[in-house]
Amino acid sequence: MDLPLDYATLKVIWWGLVGVLLIGFALTDGYDLGVQTLLPFIARSDEERRMVIRTVAPAWEGHQVWLITAGGALFAAWPFVYAISFSGFYLAMFIVLSALILRPVGFKYRSRRPEPAWRSGWDWALFTGGMVPALIFGVAMGNVLQGAPFTIDQELRTTYGGNLLGLLNPFALLCGLTSTALLVTHGVSYLNSKLEEGPVRNRALAVGKISALLALALFAIAGVWLQSFGFRLDAPMDPDGLANPLRKSVTAAPGAWFDNYSLHPWMMIAPASGFLGLLLAWFGLSRRSDLAFLGSSLSVVGMIASVGASMFPFILPSSADPRASLMVWDSSSSHLTLFIMLIAVVIFLPIVLVYTAWVLNVLKGRIGPDVVNNDTPY
Amino acid sequence: MPDMLTADLSRWQFALTALYHFLFVPLTLGLSMILVIMEGAFVMTGREIWRQTTRFWMNLFGINFVLGVATGVTMEFQFGMNWAYYSQYVGDIFGAPLAIEGLMAFFLEATMVGLMFFGWNRLSRPAHWLVTFLTAIGSNLSALWILIANGWMQNPVGAEFNPDTMRMEIVDFMAVIFNPVAQAKFVHTVSAGYVTAAVFVLGVSAWYMLKGRHTDVAKRSMTVAASFGLLSAISVVVLGDESGYTLTDNQKMKLAALEAMWETEPAPASLTLIGLPDQDARETHFEIRAPWVLGLIATRSLDKEVSGILPLVAIAEDRIRNGIAASEAVARINVEPGDAAARETFERTKQDLGYALLLRRYVANPADATDEMIRKAAFDTVPNVALSFFSFRLMAGLGFLFIGLFGLAFLFINIRRAAPRWLLITALVSMPLPWLAAELGWILAETGRQPWIIDGVLPTFMGVSTLSAGEIILTMVGFTLIYGVLAVINVSLMVRAISAGPGAPQPFARRRRPSARATSQPTFDH
Repeated sequence: MDLPLDYATLKVIWWGLVGVLLIGFALTDGYDLGVQTLLPFIARSDEERRMVIRTVAPAWEGHQVWLITAGGALFAAWPFVYAISFSGFYLAMFIVLSALILRPVGFKYRSRRPEPAWRSGWDWALFTGGMVPALIFGVAMGNVLQGAPFTIDQELRTTYGGNLLGLLNPFALLCGLTSTALLVTHGVSYLNSKLEEGPVRNRALAVGKISALLALALFAIAGVWLQSFGFRLDAPMDPDGLANPLRKSVTAAPGAWFDNYSLHPWMMIAPASGFLGLLLAWFGLSRRSDLAFLGSSLSVVGMIASVGASMFPFILPSSADPRASLMVWDSSSSHLTLFIMLIAVVIFLPIVLVYTAWVLNVLKGRIGPDVVNNDTPY
Repeated sequence: MPDMLTADLSRWQFALTALYHFLFVPLTLGLSMILVIMEGAFVMTGREIWRQTTRFWMNLFGINFVLGVATGVTMEFQFGMNWAYYSQYVGDIFGAPLAIEGLMAFFLEATMVGLMFFGWNRLSRPAHWLVTFLTAIGSNLSALWILIANGWMQNPVGAEFNPDTMRMEIVDFMAVIFNPVAQAKFVHTVSAGYVTAAVFVLGVSAWYMLKGRHTDVAKRSMTVAASFGLLSAISVVVLGDESGYTLTDNQKMKLAALEAMWETEPAPASLTLIGLPDQDARETHFEIRAPWVLGLIATRSLDKEVSGILPLVAIAEDRIRNGIAASEAVARINVEPGDAAARETFERTKQDLGYALLLRRYVANPADATDEMIRKAAFDTVPNVALSFFSFRLMAGLGFLFIGLFGLAFLFINIRRAAPRWLLITALVSMPLPWLAAELGWILAETGRQPWIIDGVLPTFMGVSTLSAGEIILTMVGFTLIYGVLAVINVSLMVRAISAGPGAPQPFARRRRPSARATSQPTFDH
């Protein structure tokens, strides 16, 4: 069948769209995760905690769908990546799932009983449901950058050679701390714009000013450390080629993740945004200005884009058998599937953005004790 | 070669997490629609009692809804975690409906549900009703897309195996969407959800009526539940998903298994009302049969045959032998992509490639299979006959029981304006039954498809990830513990909210002054 877009173009578009979905998740649900992580520390009384929860409770569920859709899009557009990463990182995925399961129940069930032990229990469940995913998503990025120990046999069945402890290596943990500090900063920036003046907001701001600088430092260390990792294609690939990851040759080449920046210096915008965004967030938080949210958002986009820009066209390199690395060119779905899925995105994503904006507009306004006590449905 | 223990454990984990997930889904599907009806009555009449009724059921909806969401994420991730080879083998087709489900349904449902709870004071009445409506539409659309995906597993249309990429690839997306099996499944499953919610509303209301509490809310709720439930109960039986069972060899096998029909009978076939299937002896003991009925239901004709199990096994044996050639051709194409003879053989035999894979349970290379192995693999295409037979009978029996229950409730409420005590008690004790029927339906649908994960294309044991038994046992224990605790909490919160009843002040808003909700005491405006 003749499709209006060629296969190679669609592969690149889908690389971008997966990035958009991940960024959409980190921008929206990222601050929810950050707020959940902060919850037990910045809010002390029940009323204070209800205020903090009330800032994210009505909309977090829609935000998490960015992650669900990113999972579905991986399955549909990059079946190999979905299959290998989810089965390879098996126990880590289980930990993330357990933490994510705590979120809907935590938000919904906490208010159902008045006992302090009940509520405090759910507060820690919400903390776990925020902190663990924020940490593990960074750990996952760290492992992707180092390559994962998987092999692929002739009938394209994969075997993963690592284990959970292998995933928790020093570089990956550094990336995990970076993402946690970043999302906490993003959460504080959100609370800065969403909470009324008061002790809770002040405590949040105090944390945010530190976490912004911490995230900045960790991101810089990770950047230097990144020199030790990298993979390089031995010969250029055919971008129109078949989705069979065994028909190329790759070698591990420490430092290769910086190749794209020397080839295309404009890509430096991505890491630069990561740094500048955090500076802006710090500045905004110091001035109690809404600029903070702009800054933390810029940094979220910049950091995720940095990973993508460093690795392109690699998606998931194999440290056990570099030849089996998953590339934008050889891991995607068929030409027709990519095209159909693009149509679906073009139709539905704008609709999603429109009604999401409407809902956020209905829910706008700062949260204080008054809202919590008089405008809650329970 | 995939490990059978890994496959069995992965199946158990999927079954447990899916059956658990489906404890919450049917109530979400149906109750969201009932909320639309009730809030519609409020918007149309402006009567406070309807708002109170809506908010009472919405409160229960919320307790149930979150567990559907929480356990749904597990389902989406589990394909990749435990079924990696499956995911890469059919992701080209199967992933698309899942991604569209997220874009079209989950976003809508999850974005609107927050506003449904938090928007009462921020939206006009019609606008809030619209939000409730969109939440319901989102839930029901998500059922549509996941059942398109599941329907494709039962009847894999619109796709072909590509030997260069070693996977199934899409050739006709419209065929996947308009798959008759998927359409039948959607209507059947959604109707089952409506029945579940209607029985739930009817049962809780009956309890209030028996206790003489909140009778104003209970009466109105019963009226809605009886009409909505009657329509849904008729639809779930009439539009059962048997309609697709004549399409393929494997769907025919499922039909033969649930009827425990070992041999093909002259048309129109008789229906076995009751009996005791014996898989080893390959016969059914103590049968009582109703002539003609099965032929009429299954083929909607008097002259078409319904195939029996043993003739279908013979067909499977032929297809396995044919599939061995396909599997050899694929191996040759893998070594030498330009092998024209191998490609020609493949084109001729590709529809049976999946059957050769059944042999992988016994031998690494299907070409080395002995006659004995081929016979065994052919008999593997028979699912667990007794399980299919009994789960179908119990499910279908419950379906008719619901028609009876709602029919009586509808008659009494509309003619006598009140339901007698015995009917209220019946409604109350019937509350667990729709869940039982729904779970049996899934057991039938999924075990009836065995040994295939994709009917005729990929055997279930081939689909698993390369995981150790220990890893899967660890997560299975983990899920069981988390799910078990959440089930206890969920039920206790439901019971608590039901005992508190409509209009009861909630602990959340007790601090400064009572919320708008707490001040609106039950009103009696007949």
